[in-house]
Amino acid sequence: MLTGMKITEAADGLRQKKFSAEELTKAHLNAIDKLNARLNAYITVTADAAINQAKEADKKLASGDAPALTGIPLAIKDLFCTKGVKTTAASRILENFVPPYESTVTSNLLRDGAVFLGKVNLDEFAMGSGNLNSAFGAVENPWKRKGEDTFLVPGGSSGGSAAAVAAQMAMGATGTDTGGSIRQPAAYCGITGIKPTYGRCSRWGIIAYASSLDQAGPMGKSVEDCAIMLQSMAGFDPKDSTSVDKEVPDYRAACNRSLKGMKIGIPMEYRAPGLSPEIEAVWQQGINWLKDAGCEIVDVSLPHTKYGLATYYIIAPAEASSNLARYDGVRYGRRIAGDSLDELYANTRGAGFGDEVKRRILMGTYVLSAGYYDAYYLRAQKVRKLIYQDFMNVFDKVDVLLTPTAPTAAFAKGENQEDPVQMYLNDIFTVPASMAGVPGLAVPAGLSSQGLPLGLQLLGRPFGEETLFAVGSAMEKAANFTHKPTLLAGGSL
Amino acid sequence: MEVELTDKKQDSVLDKKIVQRVAKLSSLAVKEDELATYAADIGGIINWMEQLNEVDITNVQPMVGTEIAQLRLREDVVTDGECKEDVLSNAPERIADFYAVPKVVE
Repeated sequence: MLTGMKITEAADGLRQKKFSAEELTKAHLNAIDKLNARLNAYITVTADAAINQAKEADKKLASGDAPALTGIPLAIKDLFCTKGVKTTAASRILENFVPPYESTVTSNLLRDGAVFLGKVNLDEFAMGSGNLNSAFGAVENPWKRKGEDTFLVPGGSSGGSAAAVAAQMAMGATGTDTGGSIRQPAAYCGITGIKPTYGRCSRWGIIAYASSLDQAGPMGKSVEDCAIMLQSMAGFDPKDSTSVDKEVPDYRAACNRSLKGMKIGIPMEYRAPGLSPEIEAVWQQGINWLKDAGCEIVDVSLPHTKYGLATYYIIAPAEASSNLARYDGVRYGRRIAGDSLDELYANTRGAGFGDEVKRRILMGTYVLSAGYYDAYYLRAQKVRKLIYQDFMNVFDKVDVLLTPTAPTAAFAKGENQEDPVQMYLNDIFTVPASMAGVPGLAVPAGLSSQGLPLGLQLLGRPFGEETLFAVGSAMEKAANFTHKPTLLAGGSL
Repeated sequence: MEVELTDKKQDSVLDKKIVQRVAKLSSLAVKEDELATYAADIGGIINWMEQLNEVDITNVQPMVGTEIAQLRLREDVVTDGECKEDVLSNAPERIADFYAVPKVVE
């Protein structure tokens, strides 16, 4: 099965002429044909453009001048602007928006020969942890609890990316992570994903949610596949004022580094009293694997961890309320008329945004409004500094932190939804690293008793992605996670 | 880590009037019957955020953006242009080379 391969295997196969890029792309388009009506992972499929890109890739492969991703079919989160291809952010307010430019990250992937299959679903404006907040409908997780057909969520906000890769409807995908939106869906769908250091990938052309936190990253079938994709996506971009001018190292080579003498920190605050015993067991398993690989395990403390979520839900909505002010229905996007200009704005935004987006805009406006700014926003920025300092202090003592990625396995549609705070708790282990801007890699590590994937998270120093790839590769090898979801290209449906 | 959820429903800090004011500041049309739901939801979240009051922030400088990426300034020069059709491509209506939009200056 062409769709069952990893990027590393497909890249070799293409160069050995075992199959063509056109065949590889068509196999994935067939998988989309077969599965997308049910999973709803793609909002837009660009089949004709993909086949043309694949034909170009075949020419490049024949000429011998073919960069690493030549002919590799990828899915692009519908938050990245793609030139001439509708980009919705899964929102009604942008339902017909066609960007006249290409985001830097997707430009880099195209430069390196990638084929784009289409644009994948997400929580509206990347706000959510279950991909339930999309104007284009929820995404179904291809994994099922043993003996059940219950609709499980793929996680969010990069839920379409995670489901597409897990069900083999793409060889890899781009995601974005503001508080866990790459790592948590990767864990729920049994795939690998990395949120790089803030500033590593350009934010130019990515529709903004919370600008001091948003960061693009790859989601794939293996640590090495993610390393190959990040190699292409990362790099300095003068068009993003927070892009960091730092050379991109050889991430793929880093996957084979020795771990001898490496110190792995286990943060005690992540051992929450309510943590599921299954997650706790997988975590202990991870500790043992790294010990066996020659690492030293060190107990560490990040004392402000418990304040991460509350801090996040002040800072992210505050930034969002400002970023989303631009959607006013005047020059582009949906417009709903009104008797006055104020009414036109309010009607457009009231009808164009979904419930969670409106809730966060209201929350963000409230915490920034006169009389509340110091009590909420300024205080949150100070607590954020303490969270950052916690990380810098432990990284004096250890190289990497090992934690669970999410507190539970994928949950069912309908569970956790009565109460927004309950929903926010899904991000409890991913948010602190976002607040600090440090990189985080999620790797599938085992199955729950119900047969669902459970993930472990590795957190590193700023620009410590190479170390994460090295430790992640060792963990991946030890875990030998070869399980596949129920709904799969080539599988039964 | 323990996350307190139990008492979050009791006396919301937000009433419908505050939601209405914030909705106006946000330029969001919120229907009368949605006001109470937003007041309860957002009030619950705000109550939950009060936990930050127990953190000692004396002499802590606020973290603006991230400590990792520093904002850069660029030369004030033209870097782009000659892309009229691109700029106008999403215009709901156009007249010649201009956007045609409802009156936005009152």
